[in-house]
Amino acid sequence: MNRRSLSHVLTGTRIRERRLALSRRQADVARAAGISPAYLNLIEHNRRPVGPELVQRLAKVLEVPSDELAEGREEARIATLREAVARLADDGPDAAPELDQAPEFLARFPGWAAALVALARRSEALERQLVTLSDRMTQDPYLLTTLHEVLSAVTSVRSTASILAEESEVPDEWRHRFRANLDEDSLRLSNTAQALVAYLDSFEADGAIFTPQEEVEAWMAAGTPSIEAARDLASDAGRLLARTHLARLDEETAALPDAVLAPAAREEGDPLRIAARLGCPLDLVMRRLAALRPPGFERAGLLVCDGSGALTLRRPAPGFPLPRPGDACPLWPLYQALGAPQTAISHVVVTPEDRRFSTLSFATRSQPAGIGGPVLSRAQMLILPGDGAAASPASAAIPIGSSCRICPRADCAARREPSILLAR
Amino acid sequence: MMLDILMIEDERNIAEAVRFILGRDGWRLRLHPDGEGGIEAIRENRPRLVILDLMLPNRSGTEILAELRSDPDPALASTPVLMLTARGETAAAAEQADAVLAKPFANQDLRDLVRRMLE
Repeated sequence: MNRRSLSHVLTGTRIRERRLALSRRQADVARAAGISPAYLNLIEHNRRPVGPELVQRLAKVLEVPSDELAEGREEARIATLREAVARLADDGPDAAPELDQAPEFLARFPGWAAALVALARRSEALERQLVTLSDRMTQDPYLLTTLHEVLSAVTSVRSTASILAEESEVPDEWRHRFRANLDEDSLRLSNTAQALVAYLDSFEADGAIFTPQEEVEAWMAAGTPSIEAARDLASDAGRLLARTHLARLDEETAALPDAVLAPAAREEGDPLRIAARLGCPLDLVMRRLAALRPPGFERAGLLVCDGSGALTLRRPAPGFPLPRPGDACPLWPLYQALGAPQTAISHVVVTPEDRRFSTLSFATRSQPAGIGGPVLSRAQMLILPGDGAAASPASAAIPIGSSCRICPRADCAARREPSILLAR
Repeated sequence: MMLDILMIEDERNIAEAVRFILGRDGWRLRLHPDGEGGIEAIRENRPRLVILDLMLPNRSGTEILAELRSDPDPALASTPVLMLTARGETAAAAEQADAVLAKPFANQDLRDLVRRMLE
């Protein structure tokens, strides 16, 4: 049966169903519609085509909106119904509906058909949501780490509390230790749960602040107001990070005061020359330039990462693309610097939106625990909008993005996962 | 004297609780707090049972278990391993482990499992 004849069957069947539902005789309806009873009989048995004008007349006589009888609407409904039924049929051999009878089913039981379609659509929407959440659960390092923290703390609390409640004659030394452990774990659980709730809340609103690091970034963007009064610092972890940040800023300001840095920045412009002139480490000069933002550096941003590449400070320059924590573009010169410590690396980078930034990256290594302790790496990248001061004029622009998942560059050699912007 | 249990677990408070309850049952237990050096600790102590956390810093429990199972010493390679997991990876972990216990666990479940594996 071809498409055209299928739609006629539908229309004819629906006209007949409607007429019978109103208990009207074929002859009466035919007369009211201006056609012969024999012709209506042929239509109702799907043996004659029915044009849109006649459908309108019949609809008026049968007291229904004309689109209830129209071909296009029926075809669309049939297609939707077939699709819905096909999806449900994927569930197993027991679900094997008679697809060829979908038109008849729709015509005879429009309410059931509509319910079936609505159910299939809801199922599809829930599947999409599940995939999105599953992606987040399995790929989001922050969520994985936080959930692991919660489980670890709960495990410790459960085992320890059981010992105190159930074991007889626990020696005092152990009893005191277990009480201290419980106190420590309950605090840890409280902080982690708080951060987790804030994070999960953010699932509802794309772009919302949800990690302690992002709380600190929002707080910095607001001009570092008093920590106690800052609305952006919602979690204990966020407030702790903010305090640590302030303490480091104070130390660095003491080491390189504004009154010393500002004139040197104005006269030299180049961060390496500023560092040489002042006899200061380059990484200190870069951080202070991003914090003070003297003339020539008013729109400076700064990214800092540890040896694993995780961003520990994100103070973006206007328009520079920043991903969620843990998912940055591997082509950022920041990461080149990790492989070449103590070497200043300058590059112009260009975003997918064709915004250009000059960058200066520099990495350091240290052994704060002394000889034999772990070697800690840290890299930082000073970012200035445009092709200006921080980059060497001869450097070629590096095409960068935010993170692979939302980057539209199809031919990127550094891609580590497909982009949702390039799918199909 | 032969060591009964070597526990490789980075969560100090969990390790202390386990050490207490299994110690009460009379098992000789030693702790190793990191994935790094875990396989060396097993080779050095040659315990009758390894309790191994899945998520460890520096080296995962899965990696340690795989290296243990491929050890050229057949006796060492077949050391019974009880894997502790805090994530939904029990199926993968169970492939090479002799038993898997999901966190959080009841102390009595741990006791029963250890007794079955050692007796």
